Amino acid sequence: MKLITAVIKPHKLDEVKAALEAFGVQGMTVSEASGYGRQRGHTEVYRGAEYTVDLVPKVRVEVLVDDGDCSDVVEVVVKAAQTGRIGDGKVWTMPVDDVVRVRTGEHGIDAL
Amino acid sequence: MDTGDTAWVLASAALVLLMTPGLALFYGGMVRTKSVLNMMMMSFGALALISVLWVLYGYSVAFGDDLGGGLVGDPTQFLGLSGLLGESNLVFTVPAMAFVAFQAVFAIITVALISGAVADRARFGAWMVFAGIWATIVYFPVAHWVFAFDGATAGEDSLGGWIANRLAAIDFAGGTAVHINAGAAGLALALVLGKRIGFGKDPMRPHNLTLVMIGAGLLWFGWFGFNAGSAIGANGIAAVAWVNTMVATGAASLGWLLTEKVRDGHATSLGAASGVVAGLVAITPACSSLNPVGSIVLGFVAGGLCAMAVGLKFRFGYDDSLDVVGVHLVGGLVGTLGVGLLATADAPAGVDGLFFGGGVDQLWRQAVGAFAVLAYSFVVTFVLGTILQRTIGFRIDAEDEVSGIDLAVHAESAYDLASSSTGTFRPGAGAVSVSTSDEGVRA
Repeated sequence: MKLITAVIKPHKLDEVKAALEAFGVQGMTVSEASGYGRQRGHTEVYRGAEYTVDLVPKVRVEVLVDDGDCSDVVEVVVKAAQTGRIGDGKVWTMPVDDVVRVRTGEHGIDAL
Repeated sequence: MDTGDTAWVLASAALVLLMTPGLALFYGGMVRTKSVLNMMMMSFGALALISVLWVLYGYSVAFGDDLGGGLVGDPTQFLGLSGLLGESNLVFTVPAMAFVAFQAVFAIITVALISGAVADRARFGAWMVFAGIWATIVYFPVAHWVFAFDGATAGEDSLGGWIANRLAAIDFAGGTAVHINAGAAGLALALVLGKRIGFGKDPMRPHNLTLVMIGAGLLWFGWFGFNAGSAIGANGIAAVAWVNTMVATGAASLGWLLTEKVRDGHATSLGAASGVVAGLVAITPACSSLNPVGSIVLGFVAGGLCAMAVGLKFRFGYDDSLDVVGVHLVGGLVGTLGVGLLATADAPAGVDGLFFGGGVDQLWRQAVGAFAVLAYSFVVTFVLGTILQRTIGFRIDAEDEVSGIDLAVHAESAYDLASSSTGTFRPGAGAVSVSTSDEGVRA
């Protein structure tokens, strides 16, 4: 199994969620995040004084998938989250040893 | 007694009182979340303390018979407002008590204005001691210089202050006594207390610009009492002052926004609100002596100049946190000197300034009045602040400053947006009874 983590622009969340549901993903975890990449935040001006705000609001989407679906799901997320402009975010994957469904105690693929 | 005049003066006093809570919002929105309550408490502390001092002796120091040289009124003449309760005691056409009320709220907001210079770092107790002493030795005497007219408040043969009567500078509603006074005091106190930790390096963004704009709106609203009320009557002078106050303020906001747009590329909401206040400050001394077009010129210039002046603190390295100097001192100077340039005899004050063929006669009077108040306020405030810092301590500990003055000094925090705090509740000494049958605790 793999854990796919996507950090995306907040306004792209609905599209990514819909695309994942259309693909057949059963669930996900979404959290608010803040950070920056090459865009290096943004600038605000108060009474003529410039403040550089490093951390930009982002949304983190986490999805657990079977190994075979992983690259397809990553493609789905990237396609849905892309605007082509700076600050679109990142998607990465990690191997996962085990998953347990708390309600039933099922392990592995059955728990997805 | 004129009932119409009295009604307007009483209503104006209430309008001006609202300016101080408005100022608390204006200032409170500009600081960070960890110090918004302390910022607002400095204004509310001034409301509480100065209203008491004003009744006890402040009014008498400002408006009692002159003790000599036009410098200070007799503090014993109206001690505790004695002898003023009867309706036969008139100031102009209104009961003396209405005049007492109207002038009280000027004293309160002048003290509160200073607090913007010392955001995030002043011990509340030391601030209150400072506020009481500053009002006593700076504001009350300076109000006497500027607002006490011969024969008006302390009996027919009484003498008033030197700026109002001997110098004959025009300061209709307090460009010198209120704004230059508070601005110079703010500069002195910012120098005494020193820079905040991280000043010029850390981002100290305003935490809530909607509060700032509500505050600016309340200030503008209340300022109609401040300026038009200073006519001490429901009359044509008040109406001229009202219109001049509206139009100078609009022009100043435009001036500030245009300056920002050209310089920084954006017209900001903080700029609009700041321009409003800069315009209100500038028109305060001038609202009886300019025509409305002159007021537009004055306001526009004040908005542009103040927008440039707020950057001076970074160049010279003084932490006037919320720009009391850049807005009130600079705006007060623009307005007070502007009278000498833009005054026209068509306006109620009946004086021509330099641009209307009056020469420099009024201009030098304005300059002397402005710089006298500036120098007196700066020097006395610097000495007073230094004494307080060396004796009882004025600035909070570095650790408290970094973690936040609200929690350290007031044991409160302004916002609980996450609702994630857990802990135990203990009814304190303030709880009269604790009932388990009701929901919660009765205090």
